[in-house]
Amino acid sequence: MKTSLFIIAGAVAVTTLASMLLSSCGGKEKAAAGISPQSMADALHAVMESDRIVYTKQVVNRLQNEEKIIKASEHWKDEKALPLPAQMFRMGAEMVAEKKKGFTYSLLSEWPINKQNAPKTEAEKNGLSHVGKNKGQNYYTEETLGATKYFTAVYPDVAVAAACVKCHNGHEDSPRTDFVEGDVMGGVVIRIPLSSAK
Amino acid sequence: MLLLVAGYLSSRFFRTDEDATVFLPGPTTHGHHQIEMKCAVCHEPWGGVREQSCIDCHGAALAAGDDSHPKAKFTDPRNADRLLAIAADKCVTCHVEHRPEATLAMGVTQPQDLCHQCHAEIAQERPSHKGMSFTTCSSVGCHNYHDNTALYEDFLAKHSTDPATLLQALLPELTAKTKTIAGAGRAPEPDHGIPSGEGGGKILAAWQGSGHATAAVNCTACHAAAGPWKDQPGQDSCTECHKEENAGFREGLHGMRLAQGLTPMQPAMARLPMKPDAAHSALTCTSCHGPHDVDTRRAAVDSCLQCHNDGHSLAYKNSSHYRLWQAELSGTAPAGSGVSCATCHMPREEHVVAGKSVVRPQHNQSLNLRPVEKMARGVCIRCHGLGFTLDSLADPKLGRTNFDGHPGRHVESIDMVLRRRSSSAKPK
Repeated sequence: MKTSLFIIAGAVAVTTLASMLLSSCGGKEKAAAGISPQSMADALHAVMESDRIVYTKQVVNRLQNEEKIIKASEHWKDEKALPLPAQMFRMGAEMVAEKKKGFTYSLLSEWPINKQNAPKTEAEKNGLSHVGKNKGQNYYTEETLGATKYFTAVYPDVAVAAACVKCHNGHEDSPRTDFVEGDVMGGVVIRIPLSSAK
Repeated sequence: MLLLVAGYLSSRFFRTDEDATVFLPGPTTHGHHQIEMKCAVCHEPWGGVREQSCIDCHGAALAAGDDSHPKAKFTDPRNADRLLAIAADKCVTCHVEHRPEATLAMGVTQPQDLCHQCHAEIAQERPSHKGMSFTTCSSVGCHNYHDNTALYEDFLAKHSTDPATLLQALLPELTAKTKTIAGAGRAPEPDHGIPSGEGGGKILAAWQGSGHATAAVNCTACHAAAGPWKDQPGQDSCTECHKEENAGFREGLHGMRLAQGLTPMQPAMARLPMKPDAAHSALTCTSCHGPHDVDTRRAAVDSCLQCHNDGHSLAYKNSSHYRLWQAELSGTAPAGSGVSCATCHMPREEHVVAGKSVVRPQHNQSLNLRPVEKMARGVCIRCHGLGFTLDSLADPKLGRTNFDGHPGRHVESIDMVLRRRSSSAKPK
């Protein structure tokens, strides 16, 4: 009799202790101890920006404008030329979208060459305007598109090389002809889905 | 009664030959009708169309034509509202089968002005487009939804000064399949007994004069490829060495039944007019290329005309293109200056294989058929200027007369590009 009582008491004690310990790890109240959407967006942007700057400076600007041995062209396949940095960026974005890793990103501008890349949603319009007027700042918000809520981050896209302004100022479809190196020409928009909107 | 109906339907269900027509909700388009009895090619079992089925057959061609509206353009969440209006990320949104009453040109089952869904503001970007109807975007020779490789602005500008016929109007020479054997002056000896009589003599003569003989491809190479001798070795004996040609053949309307494991196409099954004599000939490699003479020049015209009986084909021999072909065959004009059926419908393509440039004929003769602008880059502009080409392709009368005569239509696109650039204030 005493032995079984002892066993039952022990079992209850162990169960209570275990549930207390187990519930405190990743418990219901606080979010999973992981990475915030903003940190994730910043990290992704750091990679995107760096890869594109390397391509723009060390490949396009150096070979086209300094060494003058190959051109970069919108129609790079037909003209056996280098893809434009914006195209390299977009091709990467399309490949990432196919891999379905949850996030998407795009390159937009208030002065786009292709009008489909003008800001469309409120977040994009506000974000591009903000990063254009506030040098060095990013823009973070949340928006709902379709049936999904997104964390949306907008980063300034700066003319880092002569190649950038030379092409955009001279392009038939560019609405501006007065960009200079260092100007914010547009923005990178990264979207990370949060939960589905209610 | 119910048992009878159920019994009938199930007896028809498990057949892939023509007797399963009771299950067809409506006839399919010309591009698919040859395989319409094999539902599983496109459909999930008991269900809707599998998007991947479209991509399996058409994906490579779309990518090669630098698709202007790939799925990737629509997957960004910023386009979510547009996808509610028209789900442009799926092929079947615009290409629904079995609805001939709702199907427009190019197998499109959307209204002809669908472009306005995303491009309603085009007149602001391009004042030249003010007042143009959205039903004319892709029907007058200016734009295509998928393949704009001959129509984009810079390309039009680049070719704006081309004459109607180029001074240098020659096709690139085809790359030989294999080297010819040294000392091929004598007629090669067959490595198998030839049947006696006139028939055997013809076979031997045909083979000895062929490209196979000069490449030391002897009797047993085809007839005994798999071991024991076969009088009719079948298509597999060709496929062993001619993989590319076979792959192209199976992608097009000639070989698509074989690609799906069905019996070979026969002219009697076709929707285009065909010669009655050829009604039940099975379409395989040897239909166009004789089994022994494997004559590619015969395959370029005469083989086609032994089956095809439509206006365009019948008009060919009255055309200036045919006169050029006759001149090339007779040796009075240089090689590559003639225009055969194959020149346009099985165009020579340049590829880089193992670092070397090769020229091969495209055996998918459907690849550049529809819309007609697809023929411009791979075919027409080898000999003609782009403006003349676009005008000619846009004139349906010229198609019927096999391009005998000058275009009666003019496509404005090059003029518009030049006007825009000459009035531009941009620094060069």
